[in-house]
Amino acid sequence: MQTSGPNRDRSINLSGSFFGLLIWRHLDCSGCFSFSREALLRLDRPKERLFSSPVRLRPARRKHRIRLLFPDESALQYPKPEAFCNSIPTWEMASINIAAKYKISLKEPGIAGVLRMAEERFTFTPHDPRSDPKFDGPFRGVKAHKFSKDGSKQALLNIQLHEGGAYIFDFESFSERNVCRDFVGRVLAKLQSVAPAKVDKAVPNKTAPSVSGEQLSAMEMERRMKLLREDSELQKLHKQFVMTGILTESEFWATRKNLLDDAVHNLTKQRTGFKSSMLADIRPSIDGRSNKVHFNLTAEIIDQIFAEKPAVHRAFLEFVPNKMSAKDFWKKYCEADLLHKTKNVVAAAAEAAEDEELAMFLKRDDILANEVRQKIKRVDPTLDMEADQADDYLHLPGHGILHGGRKDTSDAENELSRRTLSQDLNRHAAVVLEGRTLDVESGDIMAVAEAHVMSKKGSSIETSDKSENQERQEKACRMTELEDLQGPRRLPYASLCIKDPRDYFDSQQANALNSLGDNGVGFTSIDNSLSLEESYTYLIKQISEAKVKGHIDIVEPDVALKVLDGLNNHLSSTKHHIVKNPLVSVLDRLPVAIKDELMDHWTLIQELLRHFWSSYPITTGYLYNKVLRIKEAMAQIYHKLQEIKESVHSDCRHLVFLLVQPMLQALDAAFAQYEADDQKRSAKGAKPNGFFKQG
Amino acid sequence: MTSVQTKLYSDDASLVVVLIDVNPYFWATAASGVGGGVNHSSATIPFAKFLNSMIAFLNSLTLLNQSNQVVLIATGINSCGYIYDSGTKGSEGSGKVMEVSSEILRRLEEFVDRDKKLGKLQGMAVGSNVSSLVSGSLSLALCYIQRVFRSGAIHPQPRILCLQASPDGPEQYVAIMNAIFSAQRSMVPIDSCVVGMQNSAFLQQASYITGGVYLKPPQLDGLFEYLASVFATDLQSRNFLHLPKPAGVDFRASCFCHKKTIDMGYVCSVCLSIFCKHHKKCSTCGSEFNHVPQNPNSASNLKS
Repeated sequence: MQTSGPNRDRSINLSGSFFGLLIWRHLDCSGCFSFSREALLRLDRPKERLFSSPVRLRPARRKHRIRLLFPDESALQYPKPEAFCNSIPTWEMASINIAAKYKISLKEPGIAGVLRMAEERFTFTPHDPRSDPKFDGPFRGVKAHKFSKDGSKQALLNIQLHEGGAYIFDFESFSERNVCRDFVGRVLAKLQSVAPAKVDKAVPNKTAPSVSGEQLSAMEMERRMKLLREDSELQKLHKQFVMTGILTESEFWATRKNLLDDAVHNLTKQRTGFKSSMLADIRPSIDGRSNKVHFNLTAEIIDQIFAEKPAVHRAFLEFVPNKMSAKDFWKKYCEADLLHKTKNVVAAAAEAAEDEELAMFLKRDDILANEVRQKIKRVDPTLDMEADQADDYLHLPGHGILHGGRKDTSDAENELSRRTLSQDLNRHAAVVLEGRTLDVESGDIMAVAEAHVMSKKGSSIETSDKSENQERQEKACRMTELEDLQGPRRLPYASLCIKDPRDYFDSQQANALNSLGDNGVGFTSIDNSLSLEESYTYLIKQISEAKVKGHIDIVEPDVALKVLDGLNNHLSSTKHHIVKNPLVSVLDRLPVAIKDELMDHWTLIQELLRHFWSSYPITTGYLYNKVLRIKEAMAQIYHKLQEIKESVHSDCRHLVFLLVQPMLQALDAAFAQYEADDQKRSAKGAKPNGFFKQG
Repeated sequence: MTSVQTKLYSDDASLVVVLIDVNPYFWATAASGVGGGVNHSSATIPFAKFLNSMIAFLNSLTLLNQSNQVVLIATGINSCGYIYDSGTKGSEGSGKVMEVSSEILRRLEEFVDRDKKLGKLQGMAVGSNVSSLVSGSLSLALCYIQRVFRSGAIHPQPRILCLQASPDGPEQYVAIMNAIFSAQRSMVPIDSCVVGMQNSAFLQQASYITGGVYLKPPQLDGLFEYLASVFATDLQSRNFLHLPKPAGVDFRASCFCHKKTIDMGYVCSVCLSIFCKHHKKCSTCGSEFNHVPQNPNSASNLKS
């Protein structure tokens, strides 16, 4: 597989990352252009191919030229960035970020910052956050734009406003300025073509939401499509309401923001971890002719080396900028590794004696050794080591894994290179499990090394020895305790804060009793003429009567028959709709068609009601129209429900009635609210904000 | 002490805890009602007949299986108490039917006496505390079942049968619901047989939640038949039988502030306490509620 060196190319994988938004850093000037993915797809390539595999946008060095490389190795080439920008259809305008200087007048030096141009507005953010002229202006306020000639002294762009005044920007090169200039030109052209059309529209209420709905970015659209595809119920609702015009697109999605947010969230979360293959596969490639050995190190491998061998990392931090160059460092490392691999112990020892830096790599990794010691402390003291003694796979050498460690552990006296396979395996597994906390995308080895330092600091703070030791002891106690000597362990739970338990259990009762007496709720059926005394006497009398009577007349044949009949009738009458499981809902007793229909109506009603109630209080004409639309839709469903209620077969009429009733009630409540509001409105006439009731 | 492993799990040994309602008001009033009109005979039942049916039922339960155990708990208006436990004399033979019967009645007499004295001692306002302490007897039953779970050689299939006569006491709502939930947690079904005038919402919920049977017999003079044909079945055989099911369950709750049974109310978002009207502060957990925002439109309406 081809691996790329850290600095060789800065191509960015288009698919997936940044939700399809490509940000490409221009190599020669420090600005960056961003194009939406959709824009790239609109170039002149078939969609599917672009979608399915990554596209590389590779800037050629030192030239203002953009090349798009497609998976089939064909390429599109644009001689200038402007040409690329112009090839994007104007309706799909992307935003541009370009470094520029903002000048209040021509003579001033200007303030350096980033000019960002998007479809509707342009913003300027100075590099120095303290400096003042940070502004944000809509293109609508722009009257015209002027620019200096190519090849003149300065690359200037002058944006003039309707209210007078102008913004002057100074660019580093003409090509950058031209990109901006063309952008402004396109936007202005577009605005001018739209502006008169807008005036013609008589009812701005209706068009406004739909326009804003269409101004969504392509990826937003795509996300919505995806959600609809995944959730058929949602799709059904969407079809019912949005397609028929009861709700607008934006209204429909406004209540489902969380769904959209989730989708965004999921996209960014995943990060690739370390490879699960072992490090040992930095295989030297040896060409037969010379005596040279080549190692191929990539940023990723270096990252992994740092993670797995903290001593190398430490050495790197110590030596590299001051004592030797990065290249020398890795050369040394590879030499050591080679010695290690060839198991040339004597040579290794000799080399180590000569070169202390080299010895560094051959020595045992003391950081690791420390960590291992700590880990052993943390091992569960009750671990049964004998349990896997019979599995003697440990004796098999190598397991077919390429491994640079020594296989014969016989010469234990040799301090150098005493790494065993299991040690390496364990270390590797630990690193992989720990996961990666940083991205190696940057490709800068120093940055990678620094990042490792940061991540280690973070983790080492947590492992304070003291608490660990205590935890370990507690664990040991727990494992060795005799269960029957201990009381039952309490589960940890957060107890409910009850202000005063007595109040909760007792005094509330007394309180209630008083009010009971007042209301006369409770024993209304009981005649209070009987005193307590009499009642008790009656009880005692009855008990003694029971003693005397015995069980003579307990079973009377005719009563027994009546009871049996009654029970049987009751059972057979309920048997029809009571299925074995008592928890089966009423719905399952209905025919499937009716059930589905009812469920559909119910989801529709829920959606409508949600929109209906969220529109109150009605403050704008837009909300008024919306309520009107929804009310009509609800009235339609109401009629449908009535029809269902009447048309259904008599078997399940009662059940359907039970189900439909709450729906009708909910709708009735909404209608009542509407009427009440309507009356209030008509009584009042004009609304304070100048809105007049229509019709 | 027997450890759990050696316990014998048996699916046909039942432990039935029967709770009987000994509410003097109810029984006396019902009796006077009977005296008033002959037609009421199927709607109410004299206490003596109720007792006899119940005792016969207990005896038949012990006859069903040698290892069945029956516990009787009385629910008074001032106290609750154990009346009878068939397990305590298991070794010397469960005794003759008459002996059992007379023992139950004797202990019941003692209980009624004690209950009466307790009422006098406490000097409660006469006529105020009129509902039976179902929550107390449910708790006693659950405690007893837990004790059996933890001791003894056999792990029986427990269930609770609640014979209730008097109407629900809404002031016990929280306590009863807590008992119901603990029964549900320990998988003890609560059967309920209501011999009173009205359905009991509490017991409907109890049986529904714990998976027991709820029945309000229409023919009270055939109480024994109902008990024998519906409530005598053990949990194992219930899988194969059609037992009567109530058409609907009354899920209404009592509010915590006035103990009224309510259809709609306010619920504390922190501790889920129920109130019948809006409070500024939750009386249970002390959380303060935000004030309900006044609709500005309606406010202006009031002025104009």
